[in-house]
Amino acid sequence: MSSQDISAASSSSARPRPAARQPGPGLAARALAAPGLVPVATFVAILLVWEIACRVFAIPSFVLPAPSRIVEGFGAVSLGRWIEHIWATLSVALMGFALSIAIAIPIAVLLARSETLSRALYPILVVIQSTPIVAVAPIIIVVMGAGDAPRVAITCLITFFPLVVSTTTGLMATPPELIELSRSLRAPAIREITQIRLPYAVPFIFSALKISVTLAVIGAVVAEFVAAEKGVGYFIQFSTSMFQIQQAWSGLVVLVLMSLALFQLVNLAQRLFFPWSLSEKGR
Amino acid sequence: MTPANDRPGDPAIVFDGLGQVFHTRSGRTHALDHVDFTVARHQFVAVLGPSGCGKSTLLRMIAGLLQPTSGEVRVFGLKVAEPRDDVGIVFQKPTLLPWASAEDNVVFPLRHKTGRVDAADWERARALLTTVGLGGFEERLPAELSGGMQQRVGIARALFMEPDILLMDEPFSALDALTREEMGFELVRVWEAQPKTVVFITHSISEALLLADRIVVMSPRPGRVIEDLIVPLSRPRAGETGFQNAGKIHELSGHLRSLLVQRAA
Repeated sequence: MSSQDISAASSSSARPRPAARQPGPGLAARALAAPGLVPVATFVAILLVWEIACRVFAIPSFVLPAPSRIVEGFGAVSLGRWIEHIWATLSVALMGFALSIAIAIPIAVLLARSETLSRALYPILVVIQSTPIVAVAPIIIVVMGAGDAPRVAITCLITFFPLVVSTTTGLMATPPELIELSRSLRAPAIREITQIRLPYAVPFIFSALKISVTLAVIGAVVAEFVAAEKGVGYFIQFSTSMFQIQQAWSGLVVLVLMSLALFQLVNLAQRLFFPWSLSEKGR
Repeated sequence: MTPANDRPGDPAIVFDGLGQVFHTRSGRTHALDHVDFTVARHQFVAVLGPSGCGKSTLLRMIAGLLQPTSGEVRVFGLKVAEPRDDVGIVFQKPTLLPWASAEDNVVFPLRHKTGRVDAADWERARALLTTVGLGGFEERLPAELSGGMQQRVGIARALFMEPDILLMDEPFSALDALTREEMGFELVRVWEAQPKTVVFITHSISEALLLADRIVVMSPRPGRVIEDLIVPLSRPRAGETGFQNAGKIHELSGHLRSLLVQRAA
């Protein structure tokens, strides 16, 4: 029996189990008690109410299209065209996100290592974060010209602040005893970062990654609003300018799904590669 | 690293007029004042004192993590100016790496220092885990181990670099009373099998009496040595054989308690 079996067995036996045959809550209540079912049921209920309200009150589709009309909106362009739009947005979001990680983590290491550097750089970071990136976007597009580069830059600017702050916090949250252990061994300073501080920051980095990855989609869309000839953001803007509101809504649905998928991918990566970082015990 | 004088009985650690003043925002804190004593090689010394008497400061100065403001610490005749290779530390909390298995945690000092761990090192790590009673738990993560087991891994980690001096900073204070006593017996067993100079910080009189050859009692801040006694109890002090010691233990703990209480008042 492996260790996982033992811990799984002990944790499941510790959890109180709902008695199936006890009188009490009705069938519906018990079905709803199953985790995972509640959010799905809520979601379906909202869609139903939405659909019925649109039909009963005859809400014009340019004010609020019914869910069924939004589904029709998907048919406005071909599947090939959709893939092209989605890929344009997704690739910019992912490139910006990757660039942001590549910049934010080294900056966080510098901030954590040197108090002087931290005092020098931190105000600059706060200024960048305080700048409304939406307002800077047109300037960046003009300066950097056409192509993906300015869009990636905008995405990166929007996503990197939470990453820097969280990673720095994580690097500083390392137990002082481990730093003393490292010093007592007279180990190279780089190993203090790679073998102690960075792994300790992993849970902090992942909570920031979950925020940043959804911000990355926002960044890509903002950039497309300013200047683009494809992408889901572009599609939404184009649709509204043509007064095809249900079409714009279908674009919005695609964006939401994209954000959710990316968020879940980050979750999955943490579960697969850093399962220990999900438990607070044993630290 | 160990100099030629490795006959047991030669001084391992010498505290020579040691003083430590910390400058904090709220002013100067006099942590230690004129601490003078000598620890023989392979002696088990308990440093007993109330919280905040500078016991941990003393430990960090032996480890070379902190420089005294006056006086000096000599280890095997050499002034401690930086951390040494022959000193192992066990902290109050186990502070294991949560992502690393028990055996990974034991070899960590070597991996951290040199970046290389070979098959013989893994073998040694597993043997050490067996020594501290964790045979079969090599691949468990810290989260899957109890507090006592985690601290056993912490002890194995400290022993892994084969230190001559083992520094222990209230290592069992976070454990429940039963586990604590059991860990004490285990520690003495390991120490008898692999003699080391042990400096054991504690604020528990019974723990000091159970474990140590010698007890150094410190006063509240600024920490001074107010008593230095050889524990006149035969080993093993555990279990039924401990009965013959009961009278002496009672007398000694009364004496130690009066010292601690008097000074705290």
